[in-house]
Amino acid sequence: MTALLEMRGITKEFPGVKALDTVNLTVKDGEIHALVGENGAGKSTLMKVLSGVYPAGSYDGEIHYDGALAEFGDISDSEAKGVIIIHQELALVPLLSIAENLFLGNERARGGIINWRETNKRTEALLQKVGLKEPPSTLVDKLGVGKQQLVEIAKALSKEVRLLILDEPTAALSESDSQALLDLMLELKQQGVTQIIISHKLNEVRRVADSVTVIRDGSTVSTMDAKTQDITEDNIVRDMVGRDMAHRYPARERRAGEVLMEVKDWNVWHPLHTDRQVIEDVNMAVRAGEVVGIAGLMGAGRTELAMSIFGRSYGRNISGSVEVGGKPVDVSTVSKAIEAGLAYVTEDRKSLGLILEETIQRNITMANLEEVARGQVLNESAETRVAEEYRKALNIRTPGVFQKVMNLSGGNQQKVVLSKWLFAKPEVLILDEPTRGIDVGAKFEIYGIINDLSKQGKGVIMISSEMPELLGMCDRIYVMNEGAFVGELSAEDASQERIMSLIVTE
Amino acid sequence: MDIAEHGAEAPEKQGIGEYLVRHLREYGLLFALIAIMAFFQIVTEGTLLKPVNVTNLLLQNSYIVIMALGMLIVIVSGNIDLSVGSVMGFVGALAAVMIVEWELSTAVTMVTCLVAGGLIGAAQGYWIAYWKIPSFIVTLAGMLVFRGASLWLLEGQSLGPFPREFQMLANGFVPDIFPSGVSQAVADLLGQKRVNVLALGTGLVAAGLIVWMELKARAQNKAYGMAGEPQAFFIARIGIVAIALIFILFKLSTFRGLPNVLITMGVLTIIYAFFTGRTVTGRRIYALGGNEKAAKLSGIKTERLTFLAFVNMGVLAGIAGMVFAARLNSATPKAGFALELDVIAAVFIGGASMSGGVGKIVGAVVGAFLMGVLNNGMSIMGIGIDYQQMIKGLVLLAAVIFDVYNKSKQG
Repeated sequence: MTALLEMRGITKEFPGVKALDTVNLTVKDGEIHALVGENGAGKSTLMKVLSGVYPAGSYDGEIHYDGALAEFGDISDSEAKGVIIIHQELALVPLLSIAENLFLGNERARGGIINWRETNKRTEALLQKVGLKEPPSTLVDKLGVGKQQLVEIAKALSKEVRLLILDEPTAALSESDSQALLDLMLELKQQGVTQIIISHKLNEVRRVADSVTVIRDGSTVSTMDAKTQDITEDNIVRDMVGRDMAHRYPARERRAGEVLMEVKDWNVWHPLHTDRQVIEDVNMAVRAGEVVGIAGLMGAGRTELAMSIFGRSYGRNISGSVEVGGKPVDVSTVSKAIEAGLAYVTEDRKSLGLILEETIQRNITMANLEEVARGQVLNESAETRVAEEYRKALNIRTPGVFQKVMNLSGGNQQKVVLSKWLFAKPEVLILDEPTRGIDVGAKFEIYGIINDLSKQGKGVIMISSEMPELLGMCDRIYVMNEGAFVGELSAEDASQERIMSLIVTE
Repeated sequence: MDIAEHGAEAPEKQGIGEYLVRHLREYGLLFALIAIMAFFQIVTEGTLLKPVNVTNLLLQNSYIVIMALGMLIVIVSGNIDLSVGSVMGFVGALAAVMIVEWELSTAVTMVTCLVAGGLIGAAQGYWIAYWKIPSFIVTLAGMLVFRGASLWLLEGQSLGPFPREFQMLANGFVPDIFPSGVSQAVADLLGQKRVNVLALGTGLVAAGLIVWMELKARAQNKAYGMAGEPQAFFIARIGIVAIALIFILFKLSTFRGLPNVLITMGVLTIIYAFFTGRTVTGRRIYALGGNEKAAKLSGIKTERLTFLAFVNMGVLAGIAGMVFAARLNSATPKAGFALELDVIAAVFIGGASMSGGVGKIVGAVVGAFLMGVLNNGMSIMGIGIDYQQMIKGLVLLAAVIFDVYNKSKQG
């Protein structure tokens, strides 16, 4: 096989930072090439160089594409050559239809008048190709994230794609949607579409990739070829973090105490479609020092359950009771839930967890300002002291607590959200996808924090779509499907297969 | 007051140039105000800073400053209030009707007017906060309703005059408490015809307080190992602010002394600067504007805060309405027409962000005075209202472009 793409000695500097340092990347024609590395390692920057977001001349090094030196001035240049990038944050217009989205900027039109018949016909053909069974007129708004991802791929296919770049395509997808997407990637490979996938999920990388390039701190560390060598997750992890990671989940002494929180007969209806019941008769308990997992597919209602318990932040006609320490508590508003000793760490830290424009310090104290104030008057030095304490305890990597949160990497942002909730001094923490979109090193640190909480006798409820993570961390796992608990497994009994079979058989 | 207190986020060791670039916005506002004042002082051949004009400047802009305080909070909370000009006019009209037609006492009228302003704010805030109707729409409706309501209340006529004690609200001066002998001695000493010692003293004490507070804050930052602004900047900034304050009050002291409304304005500014910067509720308003959902999930009662922001705006519009009516000594149906735009412009020139969560009281006040000096200076020069409007529009645009440019460079 010949190389479709060769990036040689790519160096890209930003004021004060060398984001890429002589990176080499060779992608063979017709293969799936995985690009892995910790957050901030430079993967996205490299892809921006490739797709022309950073135009030729703004970086050093050469890009050879399809046998010729490529100098892309902007994205339309690279797209014209068939290089198409699908970003992590989907670029679809929610209130337009699938067909309108597919041909946005590339309308099937003559003299400015759109030919709807052709548009719809071609849309149907493309949707069939990606295996999406939806009419072209469906609004993107109405589709789940998994289906939206397919629309993005269909959009790429509409543009005669030769090199398709997928930036963490499965980050927001459920297990089954992810599988479908990976299958689609393999099928596109058969049709001759070369692909680059950026992913944190190493099992997926192993499944689809023909070769793997690991980037660390802006440099290429290694390139592995599945044909010539056995690519194992351990190999990749070692190259990513630069050290062996014998235990991906830190050990914890498991001892569960008294029942700390109990949720009884919890029922929730959808906030808009009032006839739809989202949560059905959920009963759940957490003991002191226990880490309890909630497994389930995307859309199973895990986040909805957590948010409905936490101050009725989701849903309507909520019924059921919550007890903390054996006494019924009022959790009808967020502040009452906090007072009752609950904390909810959101899965969506950027839009629900943080104020990106504000400093680390102000984010950390936000849920418990009373503690750093006398009456109404804030004590800013006490506030700084608190922020510094958490910066050190959780190892938030930053020049100082006066940095804006938006300047931090995903893992450090997650630590700020955790700090905020730790400072609220809860008894029970509900962690919703606590390691989503953060790198291996930071994940390990987050697991350590969870273990510390358990040691302090707090109750932890952990919602995660990554089953290995639940299996590695939890004492007990509830399995949830379509709004109801369909099973409960102890750590010894649980396995990926058992969880999946509980979901499927229901 | 502190325009550049965000010095702390800078890394330990950095060049003065780099520091300036990072904090261009805060210093820029101060320098722009000084530069514009210097410019008009020269082209008006010294008229701008004549004691009588300085007094006028303060009186002319008092109601804008007062409303800018409330508007800053509304904008920081992520909303906007287009109705303040109309509400101000309506409250002025209400005051006139109560005093002139119904012959009620000044005290009763003032209290009623404040309550009326608060109720108007509550009526609008209710829909915005609890029904999630965009503030732009609700207050646009309010703007029309209360413009109409003041026309109706005044039956299309101007109504006045007000009794003396009501006029004092805007046109009165604080009497000098020092005996005339002292005043005379100070006047002789400074080579002036007369000097209001209270005014001059207030200037000195206020300047001293600012220097003391800044020094204390700086020492505290240092104790926590935060890098503050470079020493030269600190001294220059505090020096300029202190000297400017003393200078302005000296000018006032050689005319009629401290205007009552300056006291109102000053006290309100200090209260609101403290409220927004140093209190739990103030901080929560910034959180609300920065990310409403995250704030709500952190246990902040976002609806109630939004509601209260509008109630507060209404009360301040009420105060401004009374000051305005007292200054003109009559209520007119046109009072406050299009004034909401000046108030909003002041807040944005002062560095607040359209999307909420960012902005400072001191910035809004300086922004208001910047617009005020522009108005006043151009009027003295005899520039027509046509050019004035265009220039003001461009200044607003330039300030916001400057903000966006600065942000993109840092981001």
